[in-house]
Amino acid sequence: MKKKSSLLLFSFLLVLVLALVGCTKDEEAGTGTEEEGGTTTNSTGGSASTSSSILETVASRGKIIAGINDALPGFGYVDSDGKNTGFDIEFAKAIAAGVLGDAEAVEYRPLSAQERFTAVQTGEVDVLIRNTTWTTNRDSEVGLNFAPVTFYDGQGIMVPADSGIDSLEDLEGARIGVETGTTTELNLADQMRAKGINFEAVVFDSADAVVAAYESGSIDAWTTDKSGLVSRQSIMQDPSAHKILTETISKEPLAPAVKGGDDKWFDAVTWIVFATIQAEEFGITSANVDDFLDDENPDIKRLLGTEGNLGEQLGLPADFGYQVIKQVGNYGEIYDRHLGPDTVFKLERGLNDLYTNGGLLYSAPFR
Amino acid sequence: MEEMKLEANKELNILKRSSSQIGSLQWLKKNLFSSWSNVLLTIISAVVTGYILFNTFQFIFTADWSVIAVNFRLLMIGQFPVAEIWRVWTILGVLTVLLGLSWGLWKGSMAHVAVSIGAIMLIMVAMPFIQMSTRLILGGNIVLLLLTFFIGTKLPKLKIPVIAVWLLYIPLTIFILNGFGVLAPVSSNIWGGFLLTLLIASVAIVISFPIGLLLALGRRSSLPVIKYFCVIYIEFIRGIPLITVLFIGQLMIPLFLGSGVEISNVLRAMIGMTLFSAAYLAENIRGGLQSLPRGQYEAAQALGLNKTYMMTFVILPQAIRAVIPACVGQFISIFKDTSLVAIVSLTDLLGMGQKLVANPEFLGKQMEVFVFVGFVYFIFCYLMSHVSRRLEVSLGAGHR
Repeated sequence: MKKKSSLLLFSFLLVLVLALVGCTKDEEAGTGTEEEGGTTTNSTGGSASTSSSILETVASRGKIIAGINDALPGFGYVDSDGKNTGFDIEFAKAIAAGVLGDAEAVEYRPLSAQERFTAVQTGEVDVLIRNTTWTTNRDSEVGLNFAPVTFYDGQGIMVPADSGIDSLEDLEGARIGVETGTTTELNLADQMRAKGINFEAVVFDSADAVVAAYESGSIDAWTTDKSGLVSRQSIMQDPSAHKILTETISKEPLAPAVKGGDDKWFDAVTWIVFATIQAEEFGITSANVDDFLDDENPDIKRLLGTEGNLGEQLGLPADFGYQVIKQVGNYGEIYDRHLGPDTVFKLERGLNDLYTNGGLLYSAPFR
Repeated sequence: MEEMKLEANKELNILKRSSSQIGSLQWLKKNLFSSWSNVLLTIISAVVTGYILFNTFQFIFTADWSVIAVNFRLLMIGQFPVAEIWRVWTILGVLTVLLGLSWGLWKGSMAHVAVSIGAIMLIMVAMPFIQMSTRLILGGNIVLLLLTFFIGTKLPKLKIPVIAVWLLYIPLTIFILNGFGVLAPVSSNIWGGFLLTLLIASVAIVISFPIGLLLALGRRSSLPVIKYFCVIYIEFIRGIPLITVLFIGQLMIPLFLGSGVEISNVLRAMIGMTLFSAAYLAENIRGGLQSLPRGQYEAAQALGLNKTYMMTFVILPQAIRAVIPACVGQFISIFKDTSLVAIVSLTDLLGMGQKLVANPEFLGKQMEVFVFVGFVYFIFCYLMSHVSRRLEVSLGAGHR
């Protein structure tokens, strides 16, 4: 009896010891993971803060690491094949195409709203393209630099079409659904206070929950960015039963952001975004860009890198403009692929049209 | 022991007989309609239950489950590259072999685990949306399970090697998934889906147990440094919510370490979960230690055993046996808590579900996805608690 139990105990002890060994092994394995995965990141990433730019880090690593949102319809999501895709993702691809000549050389790092800024500050990601609103505070205190705005959004309010509500004033006493922890919640309160309108904010923790509550009639209206309102309306049971108020509560310019204090990298990202806008202005698309290679227009020549040395000045390949357009496309193409009339969203270009068409998109000249 | 069993059997027989003697009508009358208040209660609860069930079934049968069918691979393994999917199959194959052998070698509780896993595979094979190749591999795994079962029954010598492989299984899994220079590296931030849920949960469970054991012993140590370290650690961790630990892991650790050192966020989550559950396990085990009568300690000392021998050979085995249910409860809770990593943007089963509903093709399908996710969690948690009950019975933990 005694022998048997001591054997049992001994085997238990053995299990314990082996488990401990297994655990240390495992942890070594874990840290090893990182070394394998990010050797180049580490070696160059460490020195990046002192002398070299992220641009060089990226070039030697052979891929960019983009902080993204992978759960925002239209802007960043995972398709059924498991690939990241969306409006924001395409700009990450454009940067990879411009810097490295390969639009697929991107490592996506999904980030939550809370951790996104830390990830840029610590250099965990090279660029943040995650529907981030450009604000004073983020530009200064948070220490980011914002590339040109890729999407002008604004907060709107959706109400049932037959509710008789046509303006913010009509919302007196209404129950309005918002997502918690977002700027939309604060904007709504600010705007309503400024206008002296009493309302009851009903807070939910996800857009899905807000929409479900709205459709079931337990709230009178709900608010989020207008692009979000439009995309949600398109999939409601009866889209025509709802309308979006024409008033816009806030400005939400969404732009790619990089770590402050690294001008070379910031310039590279800036001019790659500009390249997509400039290409649309010239009418250059991914399909016809090759025809433009022997175009006589010097502006186009400089954009595509067949004349001048703009690429060299930016620290990019001479043909970065060509690569961006060829591999990803111009702004209009990107927009149409993810938000335009052929998608479920059918978003009007509105502010996101070229300045020549009454929008706000305006590229500084390539010169 | 024998007597006790006999008695229990007798009682059971009496119960059985009495229940079969009363007809079902009488049973209804006795239990549901014995007084007017009971009648009222029965009718109201029947109506409410019926209403809820009706709506549930209506949802289940009218819902559009194609979102699950199309994205099944994503839900299971996330964005793991398709070209490297053989690694997942290898891991599953090893698991099948281990399960089959253990089933043959030990029977008992292992049989329940093996049969359940086999049944899950069989159900998956029967699903109409599963690809043919996947079906063949799963079918192969089922055959393998049965084959190794027979090998296990014939070759009892395999016990020690099988235990060894079980212990190496998680490191092996991480090795195969990651590659570590031998295979092409697949960085851990694209591990996802149910695979990631299982990985985080099993690492946290396996590693937190020994740590928790040491903490429990340390808390009862007579050395003040060790004692107070353990007390402070346990009370500190128990005083903060898991989500805080995870946020600290995701946000603070990179800031502390600076830009030179990089720890993948999967590993950060694993460390956070492990440290967290270790504190809770320590308290469970301490409960077991304190439940033992002093006589056990005194008897061991009287035999001249020193402290180490006393703990390892007399106290701990009894203490741990006493707290198996509590520990398994903790394990189940760790398993479910892994879904919190979705908040720090890891793509576990729940995180993947959240991502799927962002696909414009499947906008508004969140109900289907979350019902499915909940169902998967339920199956595995139920399996765990079922096995723990079997384990209690076979260790006789309930008989004292």
